[in-house]
Amino acid sequence: MKGLSQSNRQRAQLSLLLGPVTIFLAIFFFTPLLIMLIYSFLMPGLYGGVEWIFYPHNYGRILGFADPTFEFFDPVYIQIFLRSLRIAATTVIITLLVCYPAAFQISRLKENWKNFSLFLIALPFFASLIVRLFIWVLILKKTGFINSTLMSLGIISEPLDMIYTEGATILGMVYIFIPFMFLPLYASVEKLDWTLVKASQDLGANGFQTFFRVILPLTMPGIIGGSILVFIPTLGNFVVPTVLGGAKVLMLGNLIEQQFLSARNWPFGAALSMLVMTGVLVMLFIYIRSETKDGDQSPATK
Amino acid sequence: MHDKIISLDNATKRFSLPEGGKINALDAIDLEVSRNEFLTLLGPSGCGKTTLLHVISGFVQLDEGQILIDGVDMGETPPHNRPVNTVFQNYALFPHMSVGENVGYALEIAHTPKPERIKRVGEALELVGLGGYADRMPRQLSGGQQQRVALARAIIARPKLLLLDEPLSALDRNLRQSMQIELKNLQAELGISFIFVTHDQEEALTMSNRVAVLNGGVIQQIDTPLNTYNYPANSFVASFVGASNLFEGKASRDGERIHIATEHNEVIEARARKDQHINGGKVTAMLRPEQFSLADGDENRAEIDVTIDQIVFLGSAYELLGKTTGGSEIKAIISAARQSRLAEVERTKTARLSYDPNAVHLIPGTGDVQ
Repeated sequence: MKGLSQSNRQRAQLSLLLGPVTIFLAIFFFTPLLIMLIYSFLMPGLYGGVEWIFYPHNYGRILGFADPTFEFFDPVYIQIFLRSLRIAATTVIITLLVCYPAAFQISRLKENWKNFSLFLIALPFFASLIVRLFIWVLILKKTGFINSTLMSLGIISEPLDMIYTEGATILGMVYIFIPFMFLPLYASVEKLDWTLVKASQDLGANGFQTFFRVILPLTMPGIIGGSILVFIPTLGNFVVPTVLGGAKVLMLGNLIEQQFLSARNWPFGAALSMLVMTGVLVMLFIYIRSETKDGDQSPATK
Repeated sequence: MHDKIISLDNATKRFSLPEGGKINALDAIDLEVSRNEFLTLLGPSGCGKTTLLHVISGFVQLDEGQILIDGVDMGETPPHNRPVNTVFQNYALFPHMSVGENVGYALEIAHTPKPERIKRVGEALELVGLGGYADRMPRQLSGGQQQRVALARAIIARPKLLLLDEPLSALDRNLRQSMQIELKNLQAELGISFIFVTHDQEEALTMSNRVAVLNGGVIQQIDTPLNTYNYPANSFVASFVGASNLFEGKASRDGERIHIATEHNEVIEARARKDQHINGGKVTAMLRPEQFSLADGDENRAEIDVTIDQIVFLGSAYELLGKTTGGSEIKAIISAARQSRLAEVERTKTARLSYDPNAVHLIPGTGDVQ
């Protein structure tokens, strides 16, 4: 750490600068988190609230050791967990496949076209998320834009089932999270040194070999960064499945929301949140590891 | 086996300018490099030397003309299929690979079995004086060491021709000089032809068998370092390779002697070489700064009066900057051993310089050759 070589004065300045944000996070992030952690191990009260009794079966309900007295293990939670993972992973893969080539194209544009493209990518942030999602409802629903167009053209006679499916949910996720994939990828692709690509070709590697041995490893920090930035919020998102997935596509976010707001089972909601959080932390840990190794840009070589 | 490892015939490359129009980056270049030759491409920025290198390595396609490597037409051959390797200007080492992986890259691509690969990587690193560095990462090495890794990486696949794109420009002066000698030795040891690109004329003169001076996409002269320095083909070469005093004027012959009368009314005296054909036309006379000395009445030497503007101490010598009585600028280098007389020059701000007429090189033409 640089801190060791810094003078006391600099250290004082540093703590002054970092002080407010540390206090803010301690009060408004870590304390609620701690409360959640504790709640997740307490028994849910009969009419909401909690009983102050140690109760590991909140986790048991999800993982398979439910309280034998009045709950049973229901694999539906694991199914929702897996579905959420599947939707998040699919979203990551689709956004990656869309953004990776685009990042290369845009990085090779002239300066003003580059900036314009980046502006266009950031443009959706200017409109409200809900508005953007309901536009997709108008497009996808049974009497929506696509169905009515196709039917009036006589291509289909029955409206297609597009809305309230997992596909629609993934579409919405991709649509919302594409900028989060693009920006880290672009940062990584932009700083790629093209003489390295030339050097690889010069040493006998064809395009395919050059891509897998040079381009892909060197842009890996951007791929990992973008994937995490898309995966984590997709996993916990409950707005998209609510609007585009309807009642059929329940994700972790919806489940947690229901436990806190409808079922009034805070300990169970807290346990679900903690499991999601653990998964996210593990991923972040991997990301940070790859970032600290970024100094030698070697996340892909072992 | 072809005698020429590479031959370019009428190689032409045009680039479009952003403001419209086209520029000839390479203008009908004819160039041949022999087996085991060390050729230097010397020229200022934008003279086409890097384009020429890219044409050879395959990154740039010719608009016209032909390129043969070891007798094979390389017109459509992509870079990865050419028997040519390059040492890049900023080394271009793969930052995510160790030194050993960098050096072994070409072998790995060629599916060379691992034991042989390891052996050859070791040999190549040994050759550049970096034995035992295989497990380091490039960023842990100094500039000079990275340079050597780049060199080892480029020679491991035993190319027919090695291209070096200003590889020494990022090194400091002392390191650069020792690398020059090492490169020369390495070339002799490997028996690979080298094409070395530089804008540093000292490098070009030190290392090469031949120097090709490039300007405006045209080869101005291609000759041995000695001939390039002593007998430049035109005034561009004269002023780009080493410092020179150029006097443009009308030549007239007087027996053995040739007088060049400039428009500033100076007369430069030269001895005709047998092969030189003086027909009263315009010529440019070239004198290197070190050919001047302070006049001491030697009848075999011609003399010229100058006023001195500045005396610069260079260590082993002094550089005199001044003008002739006619107004042409003069640069002369006088050995520091003549210190007592230099003191007088410094006081009077005038000097009478002498030169050997035999040493005056005459460049035919008007000197407006680009």
